[in-house]
Parts: sequence; structure tokens; C-alpha cells
Amino acid sequence: MVLKSPISKFLVYTILIVMSLFFLMPIYVMIITSLKPLDEVSLTQMWALPTSISFEAYGYAFERLAPNFMNTIYLVVPATILSAMLGSLNGYVLSKWKFKGSDWIFTAILFGMFIPYQSILIPLIQFLQGVGLYNTIPGLILVHVVYGIPITTLIFRNFYASIPGDLIEAARIDGAGFLSIYGKIIFPLSISGFVVVCIWQFTNIWNEFLFAVSITSTGSQPIMVALQNLSGSQIVQWNVQMAGALLAALPTLLVYIFVGKYFVRGLLAGSVKG
Amino acid sequence: MNTNRAGSDRWISLLFILPSIIAIAIFVYGFISWTGYVSFSNWNTLTPDFSFAGLQNYAFLLQDYRFQSGMRNTLFFTIFFIFGVLFMGFMLATFIDSNIKQEWFFRNVFLFPMALSFVVTGVVWQWLLNPSTGVNILFAMLGFDSVPAWYTSTTIAFGFPVGSIEFGLPVAMLSVVIAAVWQMTGFSLAMYLAGLRAIPDEIKEAARMDGATEFQIYRKVIFPMLLPITVSIVIIMGHMSLKIFDLIYAMTGSGANFVTDVPGVYMFETTFRANFFANGAAIAMIMLALVAVIMVPYLISARKGES
Repeated sequence: MVLKSPISKFLVYTILIVMSLFFLMPIYVMIITSLKPLDEVSLTQMWALPTSISFEAYGYAFERLAPNFMNTIYLVVPATILSAMLGSLNGYVLSKWKFKGSDWIFTAILFGMFIPYQSILIPLIQFLQGVGLYNTIPGLILVHVVYGIPITTLIFRNFYASIPGDLIEAARIDGAGFLSIYGKIIFPLSISGFVVVCIWQFTNIWNEFLFAVSITSTGSQPIMVALQNLSGSQIVQWNVQMAGALLAALPTLLVYIFVGKYFVRGLLAGSVKG
Repeated sequence: MNTNRAGSDRWISLLFILPSIIAIAIFVYGFISWTGYVSFSNWNTLTPDFSFAGLQNYAFLLQDYRFQSGMRNTLFFTIFFIFGVLFMGFMLATFIDSNIKQEWFFRNVFLFPMALSFVVTGVVWQWLLNPSTGVNILFAMLGFDSVPAWYTSTTIAFGFPVGSIEFGLPVAMLSVVIAAVWQMTGFSLAMYLAGLRAIPDEIKEAARMDGATEFQIYRKVIFPMLLPITVSIVIIMGHMSLKIFDLIYAMTGSGANFVTDVPGVYMFETTFRANFFANGAAIAMIMLALVAVIMVPYLISARKGES
């Protein structure tokens, strides 16, 4: 759209600014509430700035959430790395080593990222109990790696589609095989693909709730389950809830702030038609 | 020798993808089949009971007050959520694309909620739309006499009895829609922005030279070119709203009279809090069927469009 008249320019800016206020409103409330001392937290003073800054709420929230925060770190790091590696190899095979029916297999794999996970939850829990991984971090890692296969394969497959087939052909004539082509050509060209996939998986696994709340109970609960428990508790003041929400959101927010460009690429890749 | 080499490479490539294929075959298709099997069983106690129940669990759900409420809520949530995301995303993308200087700032303000967890969104909006605080304080300051009850409202607008429930717009659901639109607008904004930037300026210029008004350019050029993107957004958002669980679980729960209940929450609670495994499995299978109805044609058309 081209803004010609000053009036349309004024209108567009007004709407954009009003919308920005709407989008930033929750962050404003989260920050000011979490910094209020306990005696200033009242329902009627929600929008007022704190008269003095207190980290009391953060102290309490941190004490409550720190073990779960660490659980999520132990979950998210290996799960992200493993699913990125798996996705890269799958994408390589499905784009450069196509076989009869491979496109249909790819579609069948893709379907796995759209299913409501409720439809696999009962057998999944029976399975994890059977192999002794129920209520453990390794169990959650396994779950996220498996159900991460569709999206990571999709992103890498689309990414590798842009690597010219001639390059692969030339390497094969020079005698390079499946693995050496991957190691010498594909992998070095995949760095930005890995960045997109790792950021995407990191954010998704960090934020995930349904698997976390169904597969873990006390001890191995990730941060989002602990945050939900904190907010559901009647005795916890809401400045503590806000501090907790900010602590839980901080890692993915930081990722967005520093490498948002790659996050958006993952976002767009998720709509299948890359 | 060369052909031998190529042959063994083919086997190696299969060897590398086989674990993923097996994992998906078991964890997706195998587990879905098992859930389907459970949904036809009598397993509605803590101890598994796989005796055949026929369609009993489905029949129970169809006349169940809570399930009917959840389906009604999902329907209205889906409509308002998709409309909200499309409208907000398109409007903001158009404005941001109009050569404004602070593009970077605005784009990030509208996109960052995408990086948050639905649980975080739920916790914060639960306070913002709490009837006795939050947004209502601002409304009162602006001089409004009566303020909305938000998610605590039990009103079913335009309601009339259907089955065992009052069918109509559950007003409380609109609060959840606001939070969900706040979080997901970034998705349609990013999609539309990419789409708008892919339309060559020459096409718009040519239309202008032919005397088309700005409005006509939108109707004849831009809207048709953005149609495939709009379809993608509707399908992705639509399938998300059929699955929605975390946001409602963290923000409102089922609500009084189940005014904010959805099948995702019902399945979780009835299965893992009340041990009605077969009922839960039946809810999950219905959710899966609804998602499959929109996702399978989409995936097949995406695959055909590729080749």
C-alpha cells in the first residue's frame, strides 16, 4: 500500500500505535506487577507503576521454579540436537535419494505433525510405563524427538531442495558415496537450516504443555507444568505468578529478540507449502 | 563397479531413513489404531478392560452435556479465532508494508507473542480479563457503568435448545479468542507480509496506469494473489483450534456450566483425572477425525502441487 495523503498516513500510524499498545499491554502488566512489593499488589492498582522496586516476587518464583527450569534445560537441549540431526538426514534422503513411493512416505510422515496428540496419549503412556521411561526426562526427550520428526524433516527437505542436483551428481562421478556427499557438501551448506530447525524445536519444546503434564508428575516436571501449578494455586500472590510467567518465558523471548529472523523462517516453513 | 557403488548407496540411504519411518509408523499410526481400539472397549476404570463395547462410548458422548458444550464452544471459537487472525494479520501486514520507517519495531511487537507458551499467555490473560481487575479497571476509568464479565460470563447469546444444551454463542469463549488472537496474529502477519512482498510492484503499477483505484487494485490484484496464503492460514489455524488445550487449561479451565470447555480439555481430564480411558479415547478419535477432514486434503494437494 502506498500512503499518499497525510490523512491516510495519520490513520495508519494511529491504528498501528493503538495495536502496539494492545500487544504490549500484557508485557507491561507482567513487568510492573512482578516488580511490586507484596503490600502494593492489589486488584484495583493493577495498572499503577510500583512506588518502589522489589525483587521479592522473583526470589519466591525462582525458588519455586528453579528445579523445573533445570528439568526443561535437560529436556530441551538433547531433544533439540537429536531431532535436528534426524531431520537433516531424513531431509537429505527424501530430497536427494528419492525412491519409489518416497513422496508418499513423506506425506505420511508430515501428517504426524498435525494430529491432536490426545489421539496417541493413552498408548504412549502405556508404552513409556512398559519401558520404564514414564515420569522421566529421557522419556520426554524420546517423545519430542519422535513427534519432532515431521517438522524437522519438512524444513530440511525444503531447504535441501534448493541445493542443485548437479552438485550431487558431480560428487558421485568423483566417487563420493552417500555419507561423504552428506559430510562434504550437504552438511556444510546446512548451517542456516540447522539454525532454523534448532530455534524452532527449542521454542516448541520449551513451550510444550500437553506431553509435559501427562507424562511427568512431581520431580521431573518441566517449567510450564510448574508455572501452571503456581498459577492454579490459591495461596500464591499474583506478583509471584507474573514473575514466574516472565521467568518461564524469558529463554524463548531472548531467542526471539536475538535471532527472530530465523524463528519466523521456521514459522513460515510450518505451513507446508515452503 | 560404479553401478555397484550406486546400488549400495541406495541401501545406505534407506538404512538412514528407516528408523524414522518405523518410529512414525509405531508412534503415530500404530498408537492411533490402539486408541481407536480402546475407544471401542469397556476400559472406564483404573484397571484396563479391553472387552468389546461397540459404539457405546461414542453414543455416550453424543448425548453428553459436557461433550456437546465442548463441540459448540469449539465451533464458535474456531470461527471467531480464524476471522480475528485473518483480519488482524492482513490489516497489520498491509500497514507495515506501506513503507513506514518504524517497520522493524511494529513487526516485532506483533510477532513476539508467537515465541511465548500458551501457558504463559493463559496465565497473563487470566488476570487481564479477570472481571474484578485488569482491563475492566481501564473501562471503569473511562466511565463505563457496566463492565463485561469476560470469561466468567455464563451467557449463551442467541441461544436455542439443541440436544441437551443451549446452542448459541458462549460469550465467555470470546475472552479466550482475544488471548488466542493476541498470540497467533503474528503467524498470519508473517505469512501475509511475505505474500505482499512477493507481488511485483510492476503489476500494481500497471493496474494504476490503467486507472484502477487503490480499492480496485486490492479487489482485482492483491486479494486473488493472496488467496493461496489465506487458505493456508485458515487450515493451519483451523486445525489448531480443533486441538486447542493448553491455553484453555491455563486460562479458564472448563468454566461454570462448561462454557469454556473444549474436547481437548475434556479428553485430558476424563482420561487422566477420572480414569474413563475408553471415553477419553473416543473423544480423541473424534478430534482426530475432525482434524483429518481438513488436513488430509490439504497435504495431498500440497504434494500434488509440488510434483
